[in-house]
Amino acid sequence: MTKTSFSNLQPEYLALVDHNKCVRCKRCIQNCGWGTYSFGGDKILADHSKCVACGRCYTYCPEGAISIVKNPTVIRENANWKENLVQNIWRQSETGGIIISGMGTTFKYKKYFDHILLDACQVTNPSIDPLREPMELRTYLGKKPAKLDLGMDENGEPVLKSKMPPQIELQTPFVFGAMSYGSISLNAQKAIALAARALGIVMNTGEGGLHDDLVPFGKNIIVQVASGRFGVHRDYLNSGIAVEIKIGQGAKPGIGGHLPGEKIGLDISRTRMIPVGTDAISPAPHHDIYSIEDLRQLIYAIKEATDYEKPVSVKVAAVHNIAAIVSGIVRAGADIVYIDGYTGGTGAAPNIVRDHVGLPIELALAQVDERLREEGIRNEASIIAAGSIRSSADAVKAIALGADAVAIGTAALIVMGCHVCGKCNTGNCSWGITTQRPELVRRLDPEVYGERLYNLISAWSHEIQEVLGAMGVNSIESLRGSRERLRGVELTDAELKALGIKHAGL
Amino acid sequence: MMTIDAAGMPYKELNKQIREGIAKGIKKFFLENVNGQYYIGDGIKGDDVIININGTPGNDLGAFMDGPTLIVNNNAQDNIGNTMNSGKIIVKGDAGDVVGYGMRGGRIYIFGNAGYRVGIHMKGYNEQLPVIIIGGKVGSFFAEYMAGGVIVLLGLNNTEPDGEYFASGMHGGTIYIRKNIDFSKYSKEVEFIQADENDMNFLKKYLMEYSDSFNISAEEILGSSFYKITPSSARPYAHLYTSA
Repeated sequence: MTKTSFSNLQPEYLALVDHNKCVRCKRCIQNCGWGTYSFGGDKILADHSKCVACGRCYTYCPEGAISIVKNPTVIRENANWKENLVQNIWRQSETGGIIISGMGTTFKYKKYFDHILLDACQVTNPSIDPLREPMELRTYLGKKPAKLDLGMDENGEPVLKSKMPPQIELQTPFVFGAMSYGSISLNAQKAIALAARALGIVMNTGEGGLHDDLVPFGKNIIVQVASGRFGVHRDYLNSGIAVEIKIGQGAKPGIGGHLPGEKIGLDISRTRMIPVGTDAISPAPHHDIYSIEDLRQLIYAIKEATDYEKPVSVKVAAVHNIAAIVSGIVRAGADIVYIDGYTGGTGAAPNIVRDHVGLPIELALAQVDERLREEGIRNEASIIAAGSIRSSADAVKAIALGADAVAIGTAALIVMGCHVCGKCNTGNCSWGITTQRPELVRRLDPEVYGERLYNLISAWSHEIQEVLGAMGVNSIESLRGSRERLRGVELTDAELKALGIKHAGL
Repeated sequence: MMTIDAAGMPYKELNKQIREGIAKGIKKFFLENVNGQYYIGDGIKGDDVIININGTPGNDLGAFMDGPTLIVNNNAQDNIGNTMNSGKIIVKGDAGDVVGYGMRGGRIYIFGNAGYRVGIHMKGYNEQLPVIIIGGKVGSFFAEYMAGGVIVLLGLNNTEPDGEYFASGMHGGTIYIRKNIDFSKYSKEVEFIQADENDMNFLKKYLMEYSDSFNISAEEILGSSFYKITPSSARPYAHLYTSA
């Protein structure tokens, strides 16, 4: 044991191989992106310290010979000095580094969606059977006119005279959240693009530029402009259905991004339009945006560059004064505001930010919707809610709290096999999702997972139709901001007030 | 050729006329009485399009521009060449803050001084090499997070950069400065050395074009020594993090 190799950190998980069942096919060695397994001449050996419990090995073990268990050797229990705090102290004392992780926070904050109940019809206001009657989920994202001018055509039929601002048409109120090429693999992006097209919804490039292979999916893509301006040019702005200015992200409000140089291979270099091997650093702020007026300037610079044909979205993290911030964004001219709650995912973020900064999306939404209505500008922009939408129930509740649509990020990755191990930042993802290693990326088949993503969103859409029917409304638009149809359980008066809902029973 | 009298014209109308003119195949534009209109040259394309601007253009001049040349005969304001891909912007007076933010290609030549935040996150890519040449001085946050390309500070009229946070986070590209300044108070992430013959040969082409643009003597500019600032690492923050 040398001085440098000694570590207090013990393996979190044990990768146990049942050697009676194991046929030494070595699939586990091949499948593990972390290098946990090796062949010891007559049997499989496991280096437990490398295991992250990503689930790949036992899913692909044909004999069911592998089990991953939490290391039973405990760090002595202490409710104050929790295991992960002790481990982090060791980790940082050994490296001197800022601790970073992938995915959203693992902290046990209150999940307000789990304390909200939906209403349903009984007797006096009949429910609707969505299997028999039309149930509209189509959603338009974009600025809506404050009033409509109607006229008559030569046949005396009414016609719309107002010119509608550009809209994104969604067949169901879901979008895929921004995940860049670089943070995820091209195959993962392709799976999402295939699903978005089949579903009639949109995906988002994130700030990594638009790969040539995705250009044909332009009608189903929102292109993003972030502080690093990677891959942003005139044709890029015009290649999608809309443009999004990324100010913040729920998992890391207020800080920038950093794709390490070792992940910038030839293909990513081409897409981001930066040299191979250099760090792709996104500064914390856009250095041309220090005020609402500056934001307006960039929004209209993009509108000018796209001839006013594309809605412009602004993405922000939910933070303490989110209602006032969104009011400013809407007044700056945004057509869509994307609000990302603090449980949202990321490719990499410092734990101190991921776990301790931001606001639950439920509270942010309710406050924003209320504020925009009070100010009479709710029609000026659509709202997309994000930050770990885990089910169709979360989606319905988000819409009733004031969203026009919800964004799916982590859930889409779970479709592709993600077990939320939170190691996206390392680039070793065994599932081929958050990695650029060719042998790992290759195993993610875009067609297969494109279809599974389609299945998930279709199923969730049917579930939304079921509850809309139960609530007696036949259109998702009728539910938007309808907080009267929500009740809270196990919530304090302050929480109910922030959510703008009554307690159950009232 | 197309002449537009921009007096009292909102920017949206002015830029629409320019875009329509380009679509019709017009190559040369003269804008008269420009008075703060934003976004002139925003997102336009065409290597042979030249727009001559009389008056003071407003913010985001040449943003997202891809090819054309903009000639400003007076001062210009903020955000010149924002995220520009290619083309040329010549300013015969001073420029405001945030010149060439995220710029990936093309050239910006400024006769006088420029304000804060010049060349932030400028980046080169393949054959695209963005170049900014400033005749006078610049303010704080110059070349922050610079990732590629070339910025030249000539310091004519004996000016020196007088701000703080010079080249902090710089991880690519090169800055040339025509004066030996005390660099110790600035970024620790860069090296400050004297430019060699290769550097001067490289610079000559751009400096000739610069001096031609403003009718000044190239010999005088090239007459004194240049110093060079380059990043110590393409990965300044590689050791900052540890994985959970």
